[in-house]
Amino acid sequence: MSQLFSKKNKEVFSNPLSITNPVTVQVLGICSALAVTAGLRPAFVMGLSVTIILAFANVIISLLRNTIPNRIRIIVQLVIVAALVTIVSEILKAFAYDVSVELSVYVGLIITNCILMGRLEAFAMMNGPWESFLDGLGNGLGYAKILIIVAFFREILGAGSIFGWNFVQQFHLEDFGYMNNGLMVLPPMALVVCGCIIWYERAKNKELQEK
Amino acid sequence: MNTNSNTYTVIYASVMVIIVAFVLAFVSQSLKPTQAANVLRDTKKQILSSVGLADAEDIDAKFKEVVTDNIMEADGSLKSVPADKFESNYKVAINKKQYHVFVIKNGDKTQYVIPVYGRGLWDDIWGYVAINATKTNVEGVYFGHKGETPGLGARITEAGFRSRFLGKQLRDGSTITLSVAKGKHAVSETTPVDGISGATVTSVSVSRMIQECFANYIPFLTK
Repeated sequence: MSQLFSKKNKEVFSNPLSITNPVTVQVLGICSALAVTAGLRPAFVMGLSVTIILAFANVIISLLRNTIPNRIRIIVQLVIVAALVTIVSEILKAFAYDVSVELSVYVGLIITNCILMGRLEAFAMMNGPWESFLDGLGNGLGYAKILIIVAFFREILGAGSIFGWNFVQQFHLEDFGYMNNGLMVLPPMALVVCGCIIWYERAKNKELQEK
Repeated sequence: MNTNSNTYTVIYASVMVIIVAFVLAFVSQSLKPTQAANVLRDTKKQILSSVGLADAEDIDAKFKEVVTDNIMEADGSLKSVPADKFESNYKVAINKKQYHVFVIKNGDKTQYVIPVYGRGLWDDIWGYVAINATKTNVEGVYFGHKGETPGLGARITEAGFRSRFLGKQLRDGSTITLSVAKGKHAVSETTPVDGISGATVTSVSVSRMIQECFANYIPFLTK
């Protein structure tokens, strides 16, 4: 048991949440971070879906890693991810129809998420299933964390709401001359918010700064 | 074993593809009936939600109780459709020139719900527009989309946008006046519905969809 949660394994899980964060440090998965962060709800669901699929894909690839022919390894990874995504989407359609309508294109988008391919190629191909599972969870949650932070600022400033609860209308802030910033709703502002997070993390962590 | 030989690579790829294909086919086939039932129930829910009745506990029962499915004849009269012929995709029906009208009888109140279909920015958009018994004003709408941009075009499904249609004038004689436009307008019955910022193409598509689909219903509307 102690081996399962050794110091190394803990780092495999916790590093992606901070110093090797897939979005802000490795700058992977930026495309979906821009696309789905206009509201907190889609960002939350997307983060959760990526975490689950990444963890499972990592485990499967890790179990197969010694049998995969080197020349077609990327194709094998892609097939596994695509199959998992399709199964998840089918199951959602059958047993959680409302959620699947809510997600619409996001589920399909997961296949194209660079973080998945990145982790499969860089970690699962050379580590055991348990470490790979932790790595998948860690990276998925690291991705979800950034998505939620970005979505938080974009939804508050852009739409004046939190998880769809419109506080601007609730407290009649418009009567005091407050206006939502429509620019925040558009994708470019996600990049600016992302940039601010990267700035903050680099200023805080000396390890991340170039010499 | 040499995992880099050509034979191994080809066999590996073939076996993998066959296994994955079987798994996916199995999952898809075994879940199909449940999914189809979900889609039908969801269509009923969408129709009910255009008249504000989607909160009902049992959607199927509520639908059976208040809604009748009809097809408009060329002279504008309605011919009823048996309940087991209920469809979920009105794109096909509209293309076949079968114009459905759902008659809602809730207590002593009568409303008509018209299915509309069109093309958004990325993919299909559709909706159900509820109009009053005199067929002049909008009493509620529901919009759905297949792949509009999340947070922008996808917001046509939200209550905030849908509520902007309430009470709007549908037609002036036999001209459809209901539309969606960009920018601020004086809010009155006859002005266009305010579109969504950052989703101009989807907003304009909703407008075009309503104009085009309702044009088919002129005989029924003016009858």
